[in-house]
Amino acid sequence: MRDVFTEIWESIRRNKLRTCLTGFAVSWGIFMLIVLLGAGNGLMNAFMTGSDEFSTNTMNVGAGRTSKPYDGLKEGRRVVLDDRDVELTEGPRFEDYIDDVVATVSTSGVITYGRKHVSGSVEGNYPARQEMDRIRIRYGRFINDKDIRDRRKVVVLPEAMVENLLGEGNVASGARLGRRSFNVSGENGQVDYASIIGEYVRIGSMSWRVVGITESNRMSDDNVCYAPYTTVKTIYGKGQEIDELLFTFHGLESEEANEAFEKEYRAAINLRHRAAPDDRRALWIWNRFTQNLQMNKGRNILSTALWIIGLFTLLGGIVGVSNIMLITVKERTHEFGIRKAIGASPWSITKLILAESVTITAFFGYVGMLVGMLVCEVLDKTLGQSSMSVMDEQISMLVNPTVGLDVALEATLVLIIAGSLAGFFPARKAAQVRPIEALRAE
Amino acid sequence: MLIELKGVNKTYNNGQPLHVLKGIDLSIDSGEFVSIMGASGSGKSTLLNILGILDNYDTGEYHIDGRLIKGLSEKQAADYRNRLIGFIFQSFNLIGFKTAVENVELPLFYQGVGRSRRHQMAMEYLDRLGLADWASHYPNEMSGGQKQRVAIARALITNPKILLADEPTGALDSKTSEEVMQLLSRLNRQEGVTIIVVTHESGVANCTDKIVHIKDGIIGEIEDNREHRASMFGVNTIMK
Repeated sequence: MRDVFTEIWESIRRNKLRTCLTGFAVSWGIFMLIVLLGAGNGLMNAFMTGSDEFSTNTMNVGAGRTSKPYDGLKEGRRVVLDDRDVELTEGPRFEDYIDDVVATVSTSGVITYGRKHVSGSVEGNYPARQEMDRIRIRYGRFINDKDIRDRRKVVVLPEAMVENLLGEGNVASGARLGRRSFNVSGENGQVDYASIIGEYVRIGSMSWRVVGITESNRMSDDNVCYAPYTTVKTIYGKGQEIDELLFTFHGLESEEANEAFEKEYRAAINLRHRAAPDDRRALWIWNRFTQNLQMNKGRNILSTALWIIGLFTLLGGIVGVSNIMLITVKERTHEFGIRKAIGASPWSITKLILAESVTITAFFGYVGMLVGMLVCEVLDKTLGQSSMSVMDEQISMLVNPTVGLDVALEATLVLIIAGSLAGFFPARKAAQVRPIEALRAE
Repeated sequence: MLIELKGVNKTYNNGQPLHVLKGIDLSIDSGEFVSIMGASGSGKSTLLNILGILDNYDTGEYHIDGRLIKGLSEKQAADYRNRLIGFIFQSFNLIGFKTAVENVELPLFYQGVGRSRRHQMAMEYLDRLGLADWASHYPNEMSGGQKQRVAIARALITNPKILLADEPTGALDSKTSEEVMQLLSRLNRQEGVTIIVVTHESGVANCTDKIVHIKDGIIGEIEDNREHRASMFGVNTIMK
């Protein structure tokens, strides 16, 4: 092995400039590949931020208006979900797929605490909702089974709302009201959210005890408070009606299976409400699993496209290396003739050229890869940290625009294959050199 | 017999078919010092290429030490060249970017001999040819005679059965030519190396013990030259 590398080094040393120029094309190709993949990853990561905020095997179901006449009724009729839809969903018909079912009812109102008030809505929920939406609790707890059973008047507030409620102006009012002072300014000037736990807020005309604060994230709604389903339903007298239905499911692995299930489920619910079984507007189904599936598909397509672009850029470099190796073989024909005369087998000559080609490609490729990764890191530190404001929401252009170890390994493999490919034809040509003709060549 | 050729024919088919060797019969015994003489175009180079397994022949038989050399794969031919034959060329054919000792090592490299062992052997052979001090010099730093001696060391290092020299003095002045020829005869006499020299110079041929004349692809006279009186110019020197 050492002998082979000595030979390669001798050969490369004689043609430094030419080797470097050719190598640059390879470096450039791999550099582009790495930067493209890194940027692509960053874009996809930015796009997918928040998608892990939900469990992926959940469907949200809501009612709309019918879009076609059915069973003697006109289109445009409002459909309202009710308890019997919940029973149907939980029932034996879909028990093969459906696990937990959560119904929600909601009402909107003004939430008041001290002198501050914000408008928002109160959503009656079951404890299972927390797992479905991956709701993270910052302080306190979420709704529990006891709340549901006892119809407690407790509420879980979102972080952003608490921030408003505890905002400036309320300190003074709190002090003046002679209540336990709100420790608004914490040790580092931050609002002490936890101080509101156990306190009462007014929603509409009733007081609710705050039991928890949820963490805000991009996907959450900052105006929604969670309360026990039974309490909201009792207080606001919604009767049989429900607003939304959520359930987790299992055993639907493909897009087709999901579609088939949705079709059957929609037909079942629609028929209960005398709507056409295939009326998509009468019943909205938001399937997070298929949505996720499609996102992954998009991600794969993007990544494949970037690989193809990168590989084509690299192709230019490979052709360059191949070309240089051909010239090398031409120049060294006489030398190969000598080597063959004193006993070099064709394979030993082939090996020499192939090894040289792979060495050049791999070395310069690695340089390109390192520079590419460096640029990705720089992108991460600059563009990756900035975000722009779109419709009151902070959107990052790039999130973690880097490539992983897997890509580095794949790129290494690509380089070795590329080097072999580049060296293949020149090496074959070198091996086919006939010694008497080669000896004659000068 | 070390070398036996029976009715060897060779035709080149480059457009006009050219029948170069027309039934060569030749036997050379181990330890002989033979020259093959002929004008250019006589087929002597072709014969040398066939003897050296660098080229193949059409019909006939060629045996080295009882082994039939015919229809060999490239790999097999390379192996035979490496183990059975040592080459000395007119233009030395040293590899320019390798030092003298590296050039001498090369045949052993293709035998798979280890690095230090082959270095040691190469130094030994260079020393025998009086070039130990030049071991780390590159060919372009040496004189023609030195280069040819490096080439001879390279040819000898595998301890081959046959040493094939193609116009070994063609690029040397008369004094150096004489030294090289003396070196070859010494190798032949003292070490019993079988040497075949191809030349068109009668002086060179005169240094050998047997002169094979080849003309138009046919072996002509085979002269016994143990007295070294074949050439009127070649009694004591090599005429240039």
